[in-house]
Amino acid sequence: MLDDTDRRLLRQYQHAPHLGPAELAERTGLTPATCARRLDRLRNSGIIRANRAVIDWRALGYEVEVSLRVSLDKTDPRAFDEFIAEARNVPEVIEIQTFLGRVDLRLSVIARDMAHYQQIYRSAILTLPHIADIEALMHVARIKSDEGLPL
Amino acid sequence: MIALDTTDRRILRLLAGDATLSASAIGRRLGLSQPAAWRRIRKLHESGAIRGQRLDLDHEKLGFGVTVFLGVKLATKGRVSLEDFERAVTAIPEVQTVEHILGLYDYRLRVVARDIADFERVLRRRIMTLPGLGNVEANVLLTEERRPGPIG
Repeated sequence: MLDDTDRRLLRQYQHAPHLGPAELAERTGLTPATCARRLDRLRNSGIIRANRAVIDWRALGYEVEVSLRVSLDKTDPRAFDEFIAEARNVPEVIEIQTFLGRVDLRLSVIARDMAHYQQIYRSAILTLPHIADIEALMHVARIKSDEGLPL
Repeated sequence: MIALDTTDRRILRLLAGDATLSASAIGRRLGLSQPAAWRRIRKLHESGAIRGQRLDLDHEKLGFGVTVFLGVKLATKGRVSLEDFERAVTAIPEVQTVEHILGLYDYRLRVVARDIADFERVLRRRIMTLPGLGNVEANVLLTEERRPGPIG
């Protein structure tokens, strides 16, 4: 399926996703045509799902980021589905993750400042269904965030 | 703070889905001329509203079936130990993200592995040997959804 050339290409591409096919070809020692063909194949097979712009929420005035770890009342079988469906309606929720472990879910919430966060927390988060327990962790800094895979 | 109008927000949303869209493709979708779209895209990059690009890869198809979030508490604190810990943890290839947080834990790590056995290897050989490491809590990621955020 994947050969060493594909892995080399993906390694370069994931660390410099802004590169075009010509520059990528140069870095991986492939001809531009081969490089473009391989990238097409990786996209068509769904290995490369997308190349996305990363929004800097802080630059847009969202100074606060909070991780909310949520435990749900699992006596209701629809708890997960209903909670997630309603959490999707909160625009300030930028990530929804589910887990196997001590917590059931994690929401990443952004806000302009602490007053704004307080308002979102009271009016949009605490009103979500089936919450048994909720715990907040405040983001201080991102030390590493490239999300690269060890290919 | 960067002020965006409705058109900027729509462009931002399109680029968050596909950063490789050309100015003419974006212009066509939003009814803008190619130069007008190009100027706005450049402004989003230059102002820092877009801080980079991220390749969205199918982890399963690449053989990484397991993602675990580790909540890490340091045993000893002080400036030196934080720096030592951060330097060592960012060098681990399986650690995708490191966030410094306030609350129950000091750091949150996102760790990828091929399977549970591989995760155990990473945990024992690389994580448990980190300098200053105290308590570790693990949560295995089941599903993940990234939302567009307040730009709609």
